[in-house]
Amino acid sequence: MNLKLISIVLGMAAATYITRIGSQVLFASAGMPAWMERWLKHVPTAFLTALIVPSLLMPEGRLDISLGNSYLLAGAVAAFTAYKTRNVLITILIGMTVMIVLNRFMPF
Amino acid sequence: MKHVNLTGGLPKPNAGVWKEAVKDCLPITTGIIPFGLTCGIMGRTAGFSIFGITFMSMTVFAGASQFIAIAMIGSGITGWWTVVFTTFMVNLRHLLMGASLAPYLLKLSKPLQYLLAFGIVDEGYALTMDRIERKGYDPNYQLGISALIYIVWVISTFLGAYFYSVIPNPLEWGIDFALPATFLVLLIPRLADRTSIIICLVSALSAVLGALYLPGKWYIILAATIAAIVGGFMEGGSKDES
Repeated sequence: MNLKLISIVLGMAAATYITRIGSQVLFASAGMPAWMERWLKHVPTAFLTALIVPSLLMPEGRLDISLGNSYLLAGAVAAFTAYKTRNVLITILIGMTVMIVLNRFMPF
Repeated sequence: MKHVNLTGGLPKPNAGVWKEAVKDCLPITTGIIPFGLTCGIMGRTAGFSIFGITFMSMTVFAGASQFIAIAMIGSGITGWWTVVFTTFMVNLRHLLMGASLAPYLLKLSKPLQYLLAFGIVDEGYALTMDRIERKGYDPNYQLGISALIYIVWVISTFLGAYFYSVIPNPLEWGIDFALPATFLVLLIPRLADRTSIIICLVSALSAVLGALYLPGKWYIILAATIAAIVGGFMEGGSKDES
């Protein structure tokens, strides 16, 4: 691999690490203000939703709310399974099965 | 198993915690492997050597930004600042995850903080926060989760790069569905009160709008920030629902 690509990769690594350690460095001396802790408490819920919803509603990058969107249908089944079982493996298995059946056997 | 020592370094390794980390991580890895393979394949296609693209996964360890950088380099955009700055912007969401983990991380020794910070990724963060809610924070757990995801990410990148001419694009199998499915199991138990449900709806709407109109992974930062602020205000206004 040439030097140019290596230097880009090292730059990417440094930039990424700064985003990961930034908060620790920022709050190490002064501590975190109370109001901030209050809203950071909600970050996991908001963050998980932000990861899930676009990947189900727009798997190809554009909004697709139709029966042809197998991610959406499998997602709905998986959400129900997750609610009933709270079990990751069962949810993945049922969701993937729906996904494969839809992709293989549905005409649209 | 309530053996948590937050006073300084790593508490004594506890076989129970490691087993727990492996067990929680396994479903997630089925979602990570296809992305790692694809990263290896795309890297080779864009002109990286097997070593080069594996080296990227070892040092950067951030899937989405790697895909974007590879796509840029593959299409001839090889300006150092352009690629590095784009990577920085795509990964800014780590600041948010780091901040939400900071109350726990700041109690640990510096070297351990720096090590755990390197391992912050979407999937590991989600699992760690879930563990905190159920049983409390344990640095061994976070370390175990991060190490496993790291190993799986690096090895699957290497395999994708090594076999890039013989395997078809794994993301076309629909295996990438394993990740949203896992996240659903982590999200749904959180929706137990009115505040959380409203946060979820606000985040869903902002995420879709953001994903439609903003570049890269900005929609995650946008949605998480807006929804968390809304949650903060709602709690400030009503009585505590924790």
